[in-house]
Amino acid sequence: MTASKKTKTNKEKKRTPGKANGSIDKERARDLYRMMLLIRNFENKSAELYTQEKIRGFLHLYNGEEAVAVGTIPHLSEEDNLVGTYREHAHALTRGISAGSIMAEMYGKQEGCSRGRGGSMHLFDKKTNFYGGNAIVGGGFPLAVGLALGDVMQGKDNITCCFFGEGAVAEGEFHESMNLASLWKLPLIFICENNLYAMGTALGRSEAVTDISRKLDSYNIKADWVDGMDVLAVDKAMTEAVKYVREFRKPYFLEARTYRFRAHSMFDAELYREKKEVEEWKKKDPLVLFYKRMKKQGLLTEKDKEKIAMEVDMIVKEAVEFAEQGTWEPVEDLTRFVYSEPEEGE
Amino acid sequence: MEAKVKTTSTTYRGAVRQAIRQALLDDERVFIMGEDVGMYGGCFAVTKGLIDEFGPDRVRDTPLSESSFVGAGIGAALTGMRPIVEIMTVNFSMLALDQILNTAATLLHMSGGQFNVPLVIRTTSGGGKQLAAQHSHALEGWYAHIPGIKVLSPATMEDAYGMLKPALEDPDPVFIFENSLLYNSTGELLSHPESVDIDKAKIRREGRDITIITYSISLLKSLEAAKELAKEGIEVEVIDLRTLRPLDDDTYLQSIAKTHRALIVDEGWRSGSISSEIATRIMENAFYELDWPVQRICREEVPIPYAKHLEEAALPQTKQIIEKVKEMVNAHG
Repeated sequence: MTASKKTKTNKEKKRTPGKANGSIDKERARDLYRMMLLIRNFENKSAELYTQEKIRGFLHLYNGEEAVAVGTIPHLSEEDNLVGTYREHAHALTRGISAGSIMAEMYGKQEGCSRGRGGSMHLFDKKTNFYGGNAIVGGGFPLAVGLALGDVMQGKDNITCCFFGEGAVAEGEFHESMNLASLWKLPLIFICENNLYAMGTALGRSEAVTDISRKLDSYNIKADWVDGMDVLAVDKAMTEAVKYVREFRKPYFLEARTYRFRAHSMFDAELYREKKEVEEWKKKDPLVLFYKRMKKQGLLTEKDKEKIAMEVDMIVKEAVEFAEQGTWEPVEDLTRFVYSEPEEGE
Repeated sequence: MEAKVKTTSTTYRGAVRQAIRQALLDDERVFIMGEDVGMYGGCFAVTKGLIDEFGPDRVRDTPLSESSFVGAGIGAALTGMRPIVEIMTVNFSMLALDQILNTAATLLHMSGGQFNVPLVIRTTSGGGKQLAAQHSHALEGWYAHIPGIKVLSPATMEDAYGMLKPALEDPDPVFIFENSLLYNSTGELLSHPESVDIDKAKIRREGRDITIITYSISLLKSLEAAKELAKEGIEVEVIDLRTLRPLDDDTYLQSIAKTHRALIVDEGWRSGSISSEIATRIMENAFYELDWPVQRICREEVPIPYAKHLEEAALPQTKQIIEKVKEMVNAHG
């Protein structure tokens, strides 16, 4: 199956087929660039709306890390499970949750993907097996283990893909869950988004062994790392990961080395890192790098870039309009969803 | 004339095991996992023999990773399984509290109603075996503080058997607390036992003079006290709460409307407890029914000590109940 044949009629599950580095075509180049730009612009708009107090609570942005979500998530089938983090707008957008329902969620409107009950950190979507949106660092590991276990016990051949930051590696649940995943031979892909800072604590100040993928040796889990600023490298690494897990039905660990350009959250004064360091990393901006490379290869043109920017602007604009026009859930419904409601007719 | 109902004598342990076995037989989505539930047969021998009958996938031993195997239960439940997760004792549930409170109890709500978690957690609770501070907690009431989960506390044979099925049928997380001192208790169970209604408290002994509101092992102590008091002409109504969340208020409020006196016996600590909650609800709903202030017998507010005489002094005892009831029924406001 090739990229150009990712037709709706074909029941083959992959939305954008994982293709090795170097074999990219024009359509796929546009897809990858479009998705990364959508994430970037959607989040820049979110930050703007935050300062206008349209969005409140915590808002964690993914700027700089786009290549990780976009290089990995399209490899999953519709039936596969995804467990995200609290910095998960990109996971949700790439998984195919509509920009409008994500924006509406951040507005707190009932048209949001979690009815306004979750906000930025708790995006959920049953249709795409999107299990959040977890705001307890490391809390997603056990959940992912259980999703994989449940699928295996029912004879389903799904994969569960679990995202987390390098800060989560210090949690006890990391150790417990890596051990369980390996011991029970579960089809899991762990994707470590290593952006070098757990909030403001640099990796070297929190881990005795900073080469994260090395830790997996002790769990007998195959692990690799990849340049998380290079979407094609991530794409290639994920191709390997998916192939391994589908074939051997065992967990796989992929560390994507990346960087967060913006502050940890909207409350972060960034006292812990030098502006110069941020500027250095910005030279590796995944969008800029990818565009330059594709342009050189003749797969993207200035015209493509402009067209995609217009498309993305339209999606973001419509998302904001959708959120603005959304409605507030009646306060009388406050105590709903604490326990399940009886099905109709019961 | 009532037809004679066939019963068999069993232990509380046997009743729980029979319920788990029946659940495994009835529904292939059900499996049990936890520390030493398989090869060892369960720390309290509750799951003994089940691994031979159902195999190591469905009677699944786990490493000592409470947080992750509880979380794994949540995940498996989300995919359509019906896991029973056994946490060896409530003391170790502290290591899984994040998964219980931040995920199991919240997922349905924060996903806007999309992801319910049909998970059953079983654990043991309570003091009285000289196991000291880290192995003697009674935290049923403390867990009942959490919206999003249900808290069951079976004290009788019928509940030890009959609460599991409705718990498994419940679409949301249910936490079952078995007091480990009850495992060896014996009693009669129907030869073909049935599920019980987990939404209702039960009057275990009728009386006119005072209402004792209690649950779990304190129920047995309260019934013992009631028997003694009856010899002196004091008729105690004993209510077994059975489910600590959601509380069935009607049963104890109706009883108080009859007896006008209420004593709460709770093995948990006093401050910020289920007993405080019930006392408050009585004040809110039945203040003018009361002939005397609501009283409580609770665990002393200390970590449980090892020495036998100190431990006994720290836990509610039958003698204390008898004395307190006498004081209350003889008092006139």
